[in-house]
Amino acid sequence: MMLPFDPAAAVLVIPIVASALLAFLPGYRLSARVNMLASFITLASALLLFNERPERGEFLFVDDLNIVFIVLNTFVSFSASVFSATYIAHEIEIQRLKLPYVRFYHAMYQLMMFGMNLALVANNIGLMWVAIELATLTTVLMVGIYRTHEAIEAAWKYFILGSVGIALALFGTILVYMAARPVVGEGFEGMIWTTLIANVAKFDPALLNVAFVFLLLGYGTKVGLAPLHAWLPDAHAEGPTPISAVLSGLLLNVALYAILRFKIMLAGNSGAIAPGTLMVSMGLGSLLFAGFMLYQRRDIKRLFAYSSIEHMGIITFAFGMGGPLANFAGLLHMVMHSLTKSAIFFTVGHIAQVKGTQKIADIRGLTVTHPVLGWGLVLGVVAIVGMPPLGIFMTEFLIVTSTFAREPGLAVLLVVGLLIAFGALFGKLGSLAFGEPAGSLAPVEASYAPMFTHLAIVLVAGIYLPAPLVEWFQHVAGQLG
Amino acid sequence: MANLTLDVAHLLAGGLVLMSFMLLYQDRLYSLLNVFAAHACVLALSVAWQAYSQNAPHLYVTAGIALFFKGIVIPVSLHRMVMRLGIHREIENVVSIGLTMLAGIGLVALSMVVMLRAAATADPLAREDLAFALSVILLGLLMMVTRRNAVSQVIGFMSLENGLVLAATGAKGMPLVVEISVAFSILIAFIVIGIFLFRIRERFDTVDVSALDRFRGERQ
Repeated sequence: MMLPFDPAAAVLVIPIVASALLAFLPGYRLSARVNMLASFITLASALLLFNERPERGEFLFVDDLNIVFIVLNTFVSFSASVFSATYIAHEIEIQRLKLPYVRFYHAMYQLMMFGMNLALVANNIGLMWVAIELATLTTVLMVGIYRTHEAIEAAWKYFILGSVGIALALFGTILVYMAARPVVGEGFEGMIWTTLIANVAKFDPALLNVAFVFLLLGYGTKVGLAPLHAWLPDAHAEGPTPISAVLSGLLLNVALYAILRFKIMLAGNSGAIAPGTLMVSMGLGSLLFAGFMLYQRRDIKRLFAYSSIEHMGIITFAFGMGGPLANFAGLLHMVMHSLTKSAIFFTVGHIAQVKGTQKIADIRGLTVTHPVLGWGLVLGVVAIVGMPPLGIFMTEFLIVTSTFAREPGLAVLLVVGLLIAFGALFGKLGSLAFGEPAGSLAPVEASYAPMFTHLAIVLVAGIYLPAPLVEWFQHVAGQLG
Repeated sequence: MANLTLDVAHLLAGGLVLMSFMLLYQDRLYSLLNVFAAHACVLALSVAWQAYSQNAPHLYVTAGIALFFKGIVIPVSLHRMVMRLGIHREIENVVSIGLTMLAGIGLVALSMVVMLRAAATADPLAREDLAFALSVILLGLLMMVTRRNAVSQVIGFMSLENGLVLAATGAKGMPLVVEISVAFSILIAFIVIGIFLFRIRERFDTVDVSALDRFRGERQ
């Protein structure tokens, strides 16, 4: 089937056009709809990529790996835009957000989508870097949108740490170019993924090693790996909740995608260090650290932000272990985590709105006062801690068993980390969802569709994964080395 | 001629490292801004020399951005901002100058050891350029860690970024250098506007524990 347009270009052009349009559209109702529509069309064109893959260009390319990220990215951003419409309507009603800011918010939302999609389809390490910087800047602006003291501090912290992170990543990028230059020649060729991957065996391994350390630290800051995670909980807690959902569900993945690409590159050079060891230790460190930190949280959005650090740690660990099974599990875990965590943030957003607070101590007995939200939260937490039969159980099980077969010591640490986080989240859930109700009993105007769609997918994936999907993921996992 | 190229490039890159050291011990904001302006001018000279010796005219654009934007516009506007915020008289408690300088020397030694060994096969000009650039980057990071004032933190970040530009221009024939330096300038403009709009004085983690608790939203 021939399409009259290039779907890879469409996932970039639609958000940028929508962003420009939304910057000028007055009226919140219309712009929320345009936002949803644009996200939906982007999702549709991302799905078309399965059918027709564009040629590898100098700037853009689509392969089996990034197509998974692009589809996940556009899907979650579409459901987040549906949630965002209800959420923002409530924020306007209680006058927490003024209309000009809402216009700005919608324009930034699409611009962020553009940045993330560009980072995913870029065939050029320099272009990818610029795209991640753009996505960071737009999220910084959205985190600070409430203009409260806390929001501005959170945005500032995110900004400075994010900038240092991308600065280090740029140095790593320059080093990769330096390593490539003697082999592939000067100019653009030295920054093109496909050329780099094809020639990496002849690169200077010492330079590649140093480059990878900088790239891991730089992009790792954006993934939220401990000890570079300090911006993450604040940015999640103080910004609008749709942005928390998108940050956790998508932006962390985009940064992880960058690390994965460089890991594949290093794997092609026999003289270079095995990047897995570094990733395993950072991932395990993040998991254990976040697990303990979960116990002290008093703010519901911060609680789930730390849970995101924990899961990014698990995913980094899995990719660090490598091998077909661990990569398969890591990839699937990433998808499941994105879906579950954004569903949880959708629920938490409505809960915080109806209760008027984010403090865990002030939210009690949700299953009594708001049964749908309460049970939605219970289901979400059950999914995120990895209870059977949901999707995350399956992926965590795969990661643990594949680790046991190779490094039993590491597997024990992994299980300990998982159990610590399990205890913390369940302890908090007990007081949130059950017990004597506290706080507002007002009925809630919520959009349940996005969160239950996500949770339904996670549930179904835990029980039954269609064979073509399994094959696809196995194929991609094989490429990851 | 080849030697002259190498020597001048060395001189300028070494000058940038020296300027980074000078930034470390300035305890008044105005003098800090002046030294940063000089830092940017040395960078502009160094980039212009690379443009000349590599015969890459587009690098003159990067040099121009460094000179005009970071050497003039940013210091002047920060100067005004410091005056408006009323923090020009403040003397910063830099964590013991002696210790900071020693740490700085250690970082420079580290970057020499790492880069000279890692880039052993690269041509000498690029290799030593990279070692100097990494020193400037690490010194910038050190400055960001030791300062509490938002303005001096931003200066630390900008000196770090100058190191990146030095590395990027030293990598012969690297594409997108001009675009990346423009992207960075936009980033810095954002930061500077951010300081001004939100009147941020202190850096994100103050030593005041009560402020931390409030900020984390974790107090009952």
